[in-house]
Amino acid sequence: MSYSDTELMVVKAAQELRDGDSVLVGIGIPNLAANLAKRTHAPDLRMIYESGTIDSDPSSLPLSIGDPVLASGAASIESLHGGFNYYLQAGRIDAGFLGGAQVDKHGNINSTVIGDYDDPDVRLPGSGGACEIASNVERTIITTSHQRQRFPEEVDFVTSPGFIDGEGGREKHGLQGGGPAAVITDMAVMGFQNEEMVVESIHPGVDREDVQEATGWDIKFAGDVDETEPPTEDELRLIRDELDPDGVYL
Amino acid sequence: MSKVTSMKQAISTAISDGDSVYLAGFTHLIPFAAGHEIIRQEYTDLEVVRATPDLIYDQMIAAGCVGKVTFSWAGNPGVGSLRAFRRAIEDGVPNPIELEEYTHFGLVMRLYAGAVGLPFVPLKTFSGSDLPAENDNIRSVQSPFGDEEVYAVPPLNPDVAVVRGQRADENGNVHLWGIPGEHKEAALASDTVILSVEEIVDESVIRSDPNRTLVTADDIDYIVEEPYGSHPSYAQGYYDRDNDAYLNWDEVSQTHESTQEWLDEWVYSVADRDEYIRKLSSDRLLDLQTGNAYSEPINMGEN
Repeated sequence: MSYSDTELMVVKAAQELRDGDSVLVGIGIPNLAANLAKRTHAPDLRMIYESGTIDSDPSSLPLSIGDPVLASGAASIESLHGGFNYYLQAGRIDAGFLGGAQVDKHGNINSTVIGDYDDPDVRLPGSGGACEIASNVERTIITTSHQRQRFPEEVDFVTSPGFIDGEGGREKHGLQGGGPAAVITDMAVMGFQNEEMVVESIHPGVDREDVQEATGWDIKFAGDVDETEPPTEDELRLIRDELDPDGVYL
Repeated sequence: MSKVTSMKQAISTAISDGDSVYLAGFTHLIPFAAGHEIIRQEYTDLEVVRATPDLIYDQMIAAGCVGKVTFSWAGNPGVGSLRAFRRAIEDGVPNPIELEEYTHFGLVMRLYAGAVGLPFVPLKTFSGSDLPAENDNIRSVQSPFGDEEVYAVPPLNPDVAVVRGQRADENGNVHLWGIPGEHKEAALASDTVILSVEEIVDESVIRSDPNRTLVTADDIDYIVEEPYGSHPSYAQGYYDRDNDAYLNWDEVSQTHESTQEWLDEWVYSVADRDEYIRKLSSDRLLDLQTGNAYSEPINMGEN
């Protein structure tokens, strides 16, 4: 069964979640991934949104992180202050999804500006809750498309800290969460070794050289780098027929 | 004297040019009607504060009402950029604006400090990020009880807040359900508070369920009853979010000129929210109706 890059990314992102995790979900691929995980290997996944909805059970695909479907049927709803304070800052969240315009070698993310802060080439939306998610959840899962300008050796602006300047960076800055655990792109799945991004699997039809060409530094490859397992028919059916029947994100 | 008034009257009495203004609401219950009234009254040089500027500040920026934006996430949720916001920053159109930038938690903690009168509040955010270098209101402090360094932010006390809820009594005791966002902190932190609700109800309705009360009468200066006052945002249990309007804004706001045309048609040419709602097609309003899903009543006991 053929599949799109986005579908493969959704499936890989879902596999990063564990049954029983509390996950801070975002819109788009993360939302599809969390809902897919909940319907497959992680029925006890607890989905939390930045808007303060706790254990949401959306009946349809939300466009924003504060849609009414996330509130209806939730276990609880916190204020903005309560969600960020009692849940994120307190360290009650296991996993969180982040994206961004740039991700660097150490997993730092830029969603603020391209170019100079005071005279930007492109003004991006800014942190929102991304800095808090990157700082406080146990495992950050990053999803983004793989292009050279999106993977510079160093981001133009650190909105959300990964491992900052490398080994020991998070400890030095007193950050409680574990930092980036996975980076999932339309070319590869990457993890981190010694606080540096390492390619762990490459998607079918993509070469090692393609990945290197789309990355702004000499990226390391794991010793046992293999081909990314494609989505199963069951996973594709769930995504297409149940999670995103109107094809909003696919 | 009754606090119940029209949005036109509340805005013109409460807000002056140059004021700092917080229109509250995280996705839910955003006071769009108040924003449109501010545009119609042609305010200038406002400092507008919101965690998520959303379409409402994009419209106010395009209309030339804004001199400064204090914010934490400036995008069109689920869609993309705020184009008028970007035009102001990148090209100075229609006028340059100053920015003061936080994270969501950083900004809401400023409001919290303002609401409770603390000189600063500490938070475990910003370490390792480049934001503190760009904002002098984010500073590190050492714990008085140990070696731990954390960041701190000062109180934020806007001149005026506009907050919403589903229903209130005519004194201003307000019920909100669904996503509360920062409505409470904004109300408690601001000098003057305009409350806008979908409906004004008898005091006994509010007192039947006091746990649902977000803010009490003492903190409210003006009350406006305004059905559909949040469209294209939503009011849980009253009407859904008009996602098509959010998607459409991406087209509408492509250029400064196309944005002005939209403002002419939907803001300057309508007198108030009532006329705006009558201008929306009935099919569209019908699409936004929600089914009913009542919570189980609770028993307060008869004492």
